[in-house]
Amino acid sequence: MLRRPTTGFPRAVKLGALALGAGLAAAPAAAEELRIGFLAPMTGIFAQVGKDMSNGFEMYVDEVKGDFAGAKVKFILEDGQGKPPVNVRKAEKLTRQDKVHVMIGGLLASTGYALAPVSTREKTVYIPSVAAADDLTQREASKYPYVVRTGWTSSQPNHPFGEWACEQGYKKIVAIGADYAFGYEVVGGFQRAFEACGGQVIQKIWPPLGTKDFGPFIPTIREDADAIFTLMVGPMSLQFPKQLAASGNKKPVLGGGTSYDEFVLPSMGDESIGHYSALQYSAAIDTPKNREFVRKYREKYGKVPSYYSESNYTTAQMIHEVMKQTKGKWPGAGKFVQMLSKVKVDSVRGPIRLDELRNPVHNVYIRKVEKKKMHGYDQDELWNTVIKTYPNVSQFWKWGKDEFLKQPVYSRDFPPCKFCQ
Amino acid sequence: MDAEFWIIQVFNGLSYGALLFLLAAGLSLIFGVMRIVNLAHGSYFLLGGYVALTVIWTTDLWVLSIPAAALAIAVVGLLMERLFLRPLGFDPLRQVLLTVGFAFLFQQAALDIWGGDSLDITPPEALTRSAVIGGIYFPLYRVFMIGVAVAIGLALWLAMEKTRMGAMVRAAVDDSEMARGVGVDTSLVSMFIFALGAFLAGLGGVIGGAFLGVYPGLDFEILPIAFAVVIIGGMGSLGGAAIGSLIVGLADNFGKALFPEISYFTLYAPMVLILALKPTGLFGRE
Amino acid sequence: MSERAKIIAVVAALVVLVLYMQFGATSFVRLVITQALIFGILAMSLDILLGYTGLPSLGQAAYLGMGAYVAAILTTRFGFGLDWTFWLLIVLGFVIGAVTAAFFGLFAIRATGVYFLMITLALGQCVWGLAYRWNSLTGGDNGINMPGRPDFGLDLSNDMNFFYVVLGFFVATLAALYLLVKSPFGRSLVGIRESELRMRMLGYNTWLHKYVAFIIAGGFGGLAGVLWAFLNGLVSPEDVILATSVDALLMVVLGGPGTLIGGVIGAGLVVFVREYLSTVVEWWQYVLGGMYVLTILYLPGGLMGIPERIRQRRAQAAGAVRAEAVSTSH
Repeated sequence: MLRRPTTGFPRAVKLGALALGAGLAAAPAAAEELRIGFLAPMTGIFAQVGKDMSNGFEMYVDEVKGDFAGAKVKFILEDGQGKPPVNVRKAEKLTRQDKVHVMIGGLLASTGYALAPVSTREKTVYIPSVAAADDLTQREASKYPYVVRTGWTSSQPNHPFGEWACEQGYKKIVAIGADYAFGYEVVGGFQRAFEACGGQVIQKIWPPLGTKDFGPFIPTIREDADAIFTLMVGPMSLQFPKQLAASGNKKPVLGGGTSYDEFVLPSMGDESIGHYSALQYSAAIDTPKNREFVRKYREKYGKVPSYYSESNYTTAQMIHEVMKQTKGKWPGAGKFVQMLSKVKVDSVRGPIRLDELRNPVHNVYIRKVEKKKMHGYDQDELWNTVIKTYPNVSQFWKWGKDEFLKQPVYSRDFPPCKFCQ
Repeated sequence: MDAEFWIIQVFNGLSYGALLFLLAAGLSLIFGVMRIVNLAHGSYFLLGGYVALTVIWTTDLWVLSIPAAALAIAVVGLLMERLFLRPLGFDPLRQVLLTVGFAFLFQQAALDIWGGDSLDITPPEALTRSAVIGGIYFPLYRVFMIGVAVAIGLALWLAMEKTRMGAMVRAAVDDSEMARGVGVDTSLVSMFIFALGAFLAGLGGVIGGAFLGVYPGLDFEILPIAFAVVIIGGMGSLGGAAIGSLIVGLADNFGKALFPEISYFTLYAPMVLILALKPTGLFGRE
Repeated sequence: MSERAKIIAVVAALVVLVLYMQFGATSFVRLVITQALIFGILAMSLDILLGYTGLPSLGQAAYLGMGAYVAAILTTRFGFGLDWTFWLLIVLGFVIGAVTAAFFGLFAIRATGVYFLMITLALGQCVWGLAYRWNSLTGGDNGINMPGRPDFGLDLSNDMNFFYVVLGFFVATLAALYLLVKSPFGRSLVGIRESELRMRMLGYNTWLHKYVAFIIAGGFGGLAGVLWAFLNGLVSPEDVILATSVDALLMVVLGGPGTLIGGVIGAGLVVFVREYLSTVVEWWQYVLGGMYVLTILYLPGGLMGIPERIRQRRAQAAGAVRAEAVSTSH
């Protein structure tokens, strides 16, 4: 069997004739049309993640037949190739050529940091539905008045996760994470919370983003650790658990949410069973709403939805909520951001509201990889079973906004590794 | 950092080097005989992995996927050489650009055929275990990679030293005009070498697929590393490719373990130095 | 075409371009065209090496990157280059490109043919490796966001103003390089391309000639880099990857090496495919790959060589047998 991606996904409605020249003759900002520009990688290493993202959004749009309270949704997809500078140029195209009302997407944290200035420059709303760069809705939020987030900050689920790790009785943990902004923020959030409740991160290892041979890194993991905290992205997620198991590891493994996301889970082997992770979503959340979502998504696209799909599905839902309030009229970029930040929805991932810096407050789920039957499917599969729920987690966790923002953004060297030798 | 650390790291470096040897030996031979900088070599590696996956999905036979993929890629290489590169004649720049064009075409075709998922080749259960010797874990798959590379290396060496074709290849590497003069069919040799190079890259792709994964973008990730091997070891020499693979495998491994900050720079700067001081590489013949 | 006619044709084309930019182009198309001009500068700089001197560099993106990173670092750290100091920054970008080339040239110029390709590839990768991993300076994978475009009375955040500045640099580059290739120095470069051995026997220091050409090309590459940083608003390791260098080579070969303006046409086409076509069709990468393959197979002299080939065809059809083929391969 050749496993082709079962997208059946019609490439976005395309604007603009091929001919350079007169360009776009569309009427500017007609109230009945809501133009949404969507940026996701369609080629390159992250192509499949990009498909998951756009599938999620499109599924919602299809469900309401492209009608957001009277506004006709025009969905324009651009391939950012997973590269920040390409995303910038595509964003310029979306804002200038297609005159979109809202830009959504961007995968990597670095893409988020690159797109936010475009939104300021072009005075266009930007919704990072996946890009989790902390500072977009923290220390730099005031620089980006048109950014409003429906996804998460990288460190957000890892604060409760750190506390959870303390409760399990782990004292010493080795962190190994992809060497870039997202990795620092995930590991940093976990470390800060874990050390706040008495734990010690005794070593931090940073393999470059895209590492597949972990041979150089695994042997350096300290013997005296009680557990390992990992943060892997994309193809890295597949290789690390395998190579860790082959090296004879017996320690418990904790991971950032993307390490075990449903995007990679079906390709994983049994070596990842029993690993823990934390995220605001799991396809195995046992609520009627989610069961319905998983069933419909799987029917349509042939695979279990990942958080990339869920986040964009929910984003569409939240935009729809705003449009309901305006009865389908575009309220203007500034007003839209304001209204979206006040929206409260009961979504697939659970209840969501936004905080004053325009980032979601939502549940965080501690998940354990298990092989079992779920949602009525009759074969054994790997699922992220929810073992604990932290309700209404804000990006500032228990510290509160002011205290939290006093510290610098998590980085390679912050929090410092006090317990490393 | 005790003895155990060093043993494991050396072992890891060796096994990574073994994989690099499969990839780079072909590139080196192609360069030696034809003076072609083949930027589509990474694509052969990736396509090898993809073809193997298709074979595994249809037949469930991992063992079959190795020769099937390698042969399929050899055919791709052979066609590319006959239909496109041969008519160009000797012009390094045009050859490079042609191979780049093909690399782009292969990339898009692979995405259209196999989709964008991060895929993974699962070897037989036995190879996913580890041997424990003196308390140290040696993953068997890495041992397997070293074994394959040694076997292929020996076979190539024997072929080059003992067969008529090998003699013709060596003659073409040393001086292709002279070789033609004494009646060696260099066109045939070129075709054979290009197909062999593609074969080895495809083979590397299958073996490496279980270790690095198979995903869009792997082609251009692995390519510069293959060039590092070839440049350091010397172009057109099997022994050079072997030594170059070991050096790069170990240097990369220890570079990442000990000085992660500058790991890329430590890979390319020696390349520049070697090229500047001895353009034919450490073991290349002048 | 005589030289005079060629110059008139170029001026006419520029006038049409300005009229189109002013009255016809949408704001997105304006960006794409400005980008094409900037890559036109890069392609012309490479043409000096490839087309005139016969040095196929696989690392021209390195200079673009050096210029862009200098611009990004100075503007974000010191606010330098955002007012009239923009002009100093341009000079600095040129200088850093030239200095880098002067350093790289020490390694590269010795090599010939395919070895030159390899060593420039390795040098380019060194710059990429630093941009990618030297986090504290370059921001690593995140790259550096530019704080905006300069304003020195003329506000360059207006796209048309910025276009005219870029156009000015483009014309200046074209003129300077045109004068260069017509000068005795330029003619000796062509001599080296045709036969380095003969030039050496005639008493020319060919190493020095090539070295100087290499430095000049680096300088203009750095200039393109500064402009690129301000246009795109983000400088990242992606600007320095191998594909950028290879694209630059394609631009020159596609347009026609040794013609300066050919590289510009090639730049226009490559930028069109990458930035515009890619927003219209999914299979644009087939077009890009096909462009490479078809150019190499069917356009040995590039687009600028087509008139020459047609003339040849006609001459042959008329029965005139040419004893020697006109070399259009360089």
